[in-house]
Amino acid sequence: MTDKAEASNPDHVTIQVDGVEMQAPKGAMIIEVTDRNGVHVPRFCYHRKLSIAANCRMCLVDVEKAPKPLPACATPVADGMKISTRSERALKAQKGVMEFLLINHPLDCPICDQGGECELQDLALGYGRGVSRFTERKRVVKDENLGPLIATEMTRCIHCTRCVRFLDEVAGERELGGMGRGEHTEISTLVGLGVHSEMSGNVIDLCPVGALTSRPYRFTARAWEMLSHPGVSPHDCVGSNLQLHHLRGRIKRVVPRDNEAINECWLADRDRFSYEGAYSEDRLERPRIKRDGQWQDCSWEDALEAAAGALMQVVEQHGGEQLGALVSPSATVEEQYLAGRLMRALGSRNVDARLRTGDVSDQVLRPAYPALGLPLADIDTLDAALLVGSNPRAEQPIVNHRLRKAALGGAAIHYLNPRRHDFNYPVAEQLVAAPSTLVSRLAAVAAVLLEERAGEAPAGFRELLAGETPDDQARAVAGALREAGHAAVMLGPLTEAHPQGAALRALAGLVADLSGASVGYLSEGANTAGAWLAGAVPHRQAGGKAESSPGLDAVAMLAEPRKGYLLLGVEPELDCWDSATAMASLQQAQTVVALTAYVTPALEACANVLLPMGAFGETSGTFVNAEGTWQSFPGVTSPLGEARPAWKVLRVLGNVLQLGGFEYQSSEAVLAELHALLPEDAGETRMAWQAPAAGQDSGGLERVGLLPLYGTDPLVRRAGSLQQTRQARDRSVRISPATAERLQLAGADAVEVIQGDQHVRMPLVVDEGMADDAVWVPAGIRETAALGPAFGPVELKGV
Amino acid sequence: MSSERLSEKVLSPEVRKEIDHWLAKFPSDRKRSALIPALHLAQDSNGGHLTTELMDAVAEYLELPKVAVYEVATFYTMFDLEPVGRHKVNVCTNISCWLMGAEEIVSHCEKRLGIKLGETTPDKRITLKVEEECLAACSSGPMMVVDGHYYTHLTPEKVDEILDNLE
Repeated sequence: MTDKAEASNPDHVTIQVDGVEMQAPKGAMIIEVTDRNGVHVPRFCYHRKLSIAANCRMCLVDVEKAPKPLPACATPVADGMKISTRSERALKAQKGVMEFLLINHPLDCPICDQGGECELQDLALGYGRGVSRFTERKRVVKDENLGPLIATEMTRCIHCTRCVRFLDEVAGERELGGMGRGEHTEISTLVGLGVHSEMSGNVIDLCPVGALTSRPYRFTARAWEMLSHPGVSPHDCVGSNLQLHHLRGRIKRVVPRDNEAINECWLADRDRFSYEGAYSEDRLERPRIKRDGQWQDCSWEDALEAAAGALMQVVEQHGGEQLGALVSPSATVEEQYLAGRLMRALGSRNVDARLRTGDVSDQVLRPAYPALGLPLADIDTLDAALLVGSNPRAEQPIVNHRLRKAALGGAAIHYLNPRRHDFNYPVAEQLVAAPSTLVSRLAAVAAVLLEERAGEAPAGFRELLAGETPDDQARAVAGALREAGHAAVMLGPLTEAHPQGAALRALAGLVADLSGASVGYLSEGANTAGAWLAGAVPHRQAGGKAESSPGLDAVAMLAEPRKGYLLLGVEPELDCWDSATAMASLQQAQTVVALTAYVTPALEACANVLLPMGAFGETSGTFVNAEGTWQSFPGVTSPLGEARPAWKVLRVLGNVLQLGGFEYQSSEAVLAELHALLPEDAGETRMAWQAPAAGQDSGGLERVGLLPLYGTDPLVRRAGSLQQTRQARDRSVRISPATAERLQLAGADAVEVIQGDQHVRMPLVVDEGMADDAVWVPAGIRETAALGPAFGPVELKGV
Repeated sequence: MSSERLSEKVLSPEVRKEIDHWLAKFPSDRKRSALIPALHLAQDSNGGHLTTELMDAVAEYLELPKVAVYEVATFYTMFDLEPVGRHKVNVCTNISCWLMGAEEIVSHCEKRLGIKLGETTPDKRITLKVEEECLAACSSGPMMVVDGHYYTHLTPEKVDEILDNLE
């Protein structure tokens, strides 16, 4: 070892690459060091996030004293190593490998979808021969149908196995493998099962050739003709960073933008393929007014006058309190802020983006916004976690990916849900209980911790425990959280929709306090956090300052019908906690003004004015993610037809209503105004204990109505390719075998779901993972749009 | 989670006992090590070839991803994924045997049995396998392996005798 390296850092060695000295951590591979120092070594199979395969041999470099060229991706550095990446021997080896790779690879780049952005094409330019010496026949590989998202052209495959390793190591399910051997090797599922991972689209980016390409995008544009602008995913509280590729005003595809702190270099399929929904046939392209029961296209002036007039009429006739605004939790903060300002200026505090919140009794106590309580990247290094009412694999795939990393590193991940979900990593315990029993099961975990601390149970705790004695599972969870150095309790969207959400939140806080864990929320939509801070909630003004007397929350303003409603980016029959009540209340209203990107039968039935707003990619704005990061993005394409960004529509609506201070010139100006109002201490997740109301065990069947992976918002619901996936096609009702037995539904494959006067017929699956008495009836899909509350009593009848 | 385990349905108790014997040789977290013997046992129990169901059963029994089992079963030529004859005849065609006249042996077998490499006689008696790699008897070529037994220094006459004796 040289004195110099020893002196500077004992964990580092000094190597020489192409005559330049470099410091390298011991054990690092040559390619990591050259990458870090900007020395390019060609490669196909190496990827910094995947295991080392060393099978493409493209990264051969010349190492002094080594008898033959060595693969840079699989050769660890040693002190004093002298490496040449461009010596005659290195280049000869690299060119030789390239010649072999091209033996079976088609030389028809102009007809390949990858052409122009192909790693093989690029490297062949530098390392390939001008003319092929290979005169024999090339092999042909039959294509396999991997599903609606990934197109295959397997003759182009060079067997780098990045896709195989990604699905195994990152996506967590080994769906592809290298079948056969030698010249007969094929990347395949062998049996034709397809690829179904919720992260599957990443193999498109990883594939260095045109073997795996995007099915929806394929052959619709060339890489060099598109423009690329940054975006942020509008689907979950992660806010994955995107790059939008667009051509002549249309988004052609979405790819990930590296951000180690958020989505690393990955993207969930929902974030990648949802853009298709922006071009669905039911896009609203022109403002419309309903006149004498007939819908008519009209000018923006007429539409805005009509909307303003109708809203003013409600205020003048019935008072501001008779207005209510339902705002999408995935709207931008600028839109949410303006909607809140508009409503308050009209004399109403009834504005809410928490469309699926079943219990607001603790809203005044809650911190400024539902934050995760730790940075997203810190999930990777958790030692233990308890997730209550959470299924991140469907709700926030990137969070699930990070939890998976923690679990593979030895973390004990626990879940408390009404259904045992299928996770792609080892889960320590899955506690399963019907919705009403979730409270006592969580209380039991707290009881164990109280007992160990000999602590006094806070007021009302015994009622929540409801006589439950902690079982082994509860003890295991409590023990793991207490003993972990870095533990977290996270509350998922189910706790928000739960009728006893306050009790679950209070107990989660108690468990966290007693065990030393952090506590936080995985909130619904892309921007629930933003909505709280922007004043799109009835109990907080913009900036998070408490309202002296809160307005009505989303559920209440529908349960106590208003005379007028403003909808922003909402499909009322799919996005609300109680679809049936929502539709009934909207239909009886004197006025419903809807800002919407889509025209649907439900909106046509209940609205009076439809104002077309920009969809994904068409609006500049900002999302606040679960960890509290504000991420702004530009409008990338012009809104379709005469649609306009919703913030502009709200601004002009404010002008027409002659409300003061609606003279914003840009969404940045809106954001700046909001920024000035923000509190210093936002991000706190703890709250004071207040005895929550104990619930009552209904004794009957209880609905579990959650949003499915591809049913979260209007955009995803219209993304054609995602809707063809296995996950989207599964729309069944699920019950436990014991429940099926009791209801004499054991052999049935369909069932009538009844809530109040509403009933729908659905396919039935008997699922051993379901809690007894819990009935899985997905929300957010057309089939169940007629039903009532997402959580609450439900009946099943054989058909 | 399924109450009915595929491996219990498809693999006989005897086969499972044999697999357990192999599993006992390896650390408990290295069940993958028993994959090749397990596939052999499953194949032998099924008249010489593997089905998807059998491979899935082995995957379940060894707690491996199905794809990992498929990869191994397709990699090695001693595993057959299509129905085969009662006897498998593998003629080595690698370099040493080739120099010693393996091509002649192959064409003799083909003529004698009336089938091509990779095919099975219509009476399901013999499958003439495509052998891809050296069978490790280079000092005694040409050679072939019949149902696991080595026959070396082959001549057309010797081949006739061996083939005729297969039931």
